[in-house]
Amino acid sequence: MVPLYGKTLEELKSIVLEEGLPAFSAKQITEWLYKHNAESIDAMTNLSKKAREQLSAKYTVGLVKPEKVTESADGTKKYLFPVLANRYVEAAYIPDKDRATLCVSSQSGCKMGCLFCMTAKQGFQGNLTAGEILNQLRSIPEFEKVTNIVYMGMGEPFDNLDNVLKSIQIMTSDWGMGWSSKRITVSTIGLIPAMKQFIESTSCHLAISLHTPFDDERKTLMPIQNVHPIVDVIAELKKYRFTDHRRVSFEYIMFDGLNDTPRHVKALVKLLNGLTCRINLIRFHPIPGSPLRTSPDERIIQFRDSLTSKGIFTTIRASRGQDIQAACGLLSTKALQEKGRQQ
Amino acid sequence: MKKWNEFDYDIQRVISNQSIAPGSYILKFKKITPFLAGQVVALGISRDIEPRYYSIASGENDELISILYSERVEGQLTPMLSMLKPGDNLMVSKPFGTYTQVKPSPIFIAAGTGIAPFISMLMSNKAKGATLIHGARYTDYFYYSDYLENTLGNRYIRCCSRCEQGSLFVGRVTDFVKQWNDLDPERPYYLCGSAEMVVETRDILISRGVPVSNINSEIYF
Ligand SMILES: Cc1cc2nc3c(=O)[nH]c(=O)nc-3n(C[C@H](O)[C@H](O)[C@H](O)COP(=O)(O)OP(=O)(O)OC[C@H]3O[C@@H](n4cnc5c(N)ncnc54)[C@H](O)[C@@H]3O)c2cc1C
Ligand code: SF4
Repeated sequence: MVPLYGKTLEELKSIVLEEGLPAFSAKQITEWLYKHNAESIDAMTNLSKKAREQLSAKYTVGLVKPEKVTESADGTKKYLFPVLANRYVEAAYIPDKDRATLCVSSQSGCKMGCLFCMTAKQGFQGNLTAGEILNQLRSIPEFEKVTNIVYMGMGEPFDNLDNVLKSIQIMTSDWGMGWSSKRITVSTIGLIPAMKQFIESTSCHLAISLHTPFDDERKTLMPIQNVHPIVDVIAELKKYRFTDHRRVSFEYIMFDGLNDTPRHVKALVKLLNGLTCRINLIRFHPIPGSPLRTSPDERIIQFRDSLTSKGIFTTIRASRGQDIQAACGLLSTKALQEKGRQQ
Repeated sequence: MKKWNEFDYDIQRVISNQSIAPGSYILKFKKITPFLAGQVVALGISRDIEPRYYSIASGENDELISILYSERVEGQLTPMLSMLKPGDNLMVSKPFGTYTQVKPSPIFIAAGTGIAPFISMLMSNKAKGATLIHGARYTDYFYYSDYLENTLGNRYIRCCSRCEQGSLFVGRVTDFVKQWNDLDPERPYYLCGSAEMVVETRDILISRGVPVSNINSEIYF
């Protein structure tokens, strides 16, 4: 059975034409899928009974419920979705006053091998389809409450660009969910060619994992620095105009004694000079066997204040869901290990 | 949807594309711009498929650029690369990447085609006192082994995961590194290959006391 959820209007048009159904039924299907949240083809009552039967022989809506949820004392919830054979991806629901953010995964595992990341230790199993990405939003009980979505879960979104763009198209199109692109942020480690294509073909916000302005240190933390050095990423970003409507931000995990000194502040200011942007400082959630530790709070605050005094808008990301292993990859790695033990 | 291979390409002619082991090839074309050992080029065949990155596997002073690649049966690009004949067109980017700065007495650890940047460094005389640990499934896949035996002597260590007991280490590179008596945490380590191999080897090196600042990795994502 082929899932319909995650198909674009264009794709649904070719499906209905192949089935000999009228072309306008594609638009009707998008409305059922993305506006009325139909759970079955049978619920699409303005399609003829025959059309529904015909479609049901090959297709299904294809929503998949999370297999597990863990809830943090602070209200953060982490959902575990089955994908591929015996694999899982995680989505984190993070309510905060009048907004609620969902952090979604774009791949099962990851190929990028960042030193500080648990997902990296799972290796790479595969790309998620647009439907599997959107299912993380559609199939949680808080679906209607989500105000913002961030592609910051497992995987590198720009290593799965086609499916990520497709999921964004469905979220932002009139025929789709009709979201404003201002509600969507995609985070990358800086795959330049795909990043350029993303900037040119969407108006969503962009977040870049920066973590240190120095070449040697970034190479240690993130092997991608050997292929696309951060100076090249930033030189590319400077060719575009970012405003409040379309923001570029930098993610900066604070590692004790590694990237949290005044020398780093100075180099960051120099690196980002001329780019309208903000920096989010993030506490490091330790992962097993890692030599890295998070910086003490007072140093993080000092770091923020130094950057702010140099004119870079800097925030400290609140640590959410620490009691439920919020660092991405921890929960699904555990699920994988448990599955392995059962087999 | 616009594919990103519309940018910054020269069209070059293939000079040779030789099969060196089942599913493994060396592709050669003319060097037009200088490069640094350890750099990569992006290769493409048509504008409909995203280009892929390949390490240069020849010396900086050679006239031709060699690319060592393995065919992925389900891959988008490599099955097409493997069919290229001399004279065919190839889309080639300028060389880029910074996996190029090697400290003295490096330890290179590679699996499969991950050996390519190290071959380039050795052929460019940029890796004095290097030791190379190379992993492959079968002996056929120890690419450039004659050259490496001549150049490195007993500093060339082959780990063969599917070989019978013999003169090579039987097991994966990770097995070798776990039990390597001569492991020196002070030396610089350079890793290259799949994400799985790099991440696992890096973890083992860290657990054996190598500081993270001594570990530099290139991942073939
Ligand atoms: C910096 C860099 C240098 C590189 N240098 C070389 C080189 O010198 N020689 C060389 O042979 N290759 C090299 N590569 C890899 C190369 O770019 C291609 O990824 C590879 O040749 C496969 O291309 P393809 O289009 O045939 O396969 P693809 O179409 O990309 O994928 C093939 C199949 O494998 C799956 N797959 C892809 N990646 C993974 C993975 N990591 N784990 C599990 N499954 C996966 C896909 O889902 C698909 O089914 C390098 C990559 C990088 C980033
Ligand atoms: S941090 Fe992101 S890009 Fe890096 S390994 Fe983890 S999931 Fe992949």
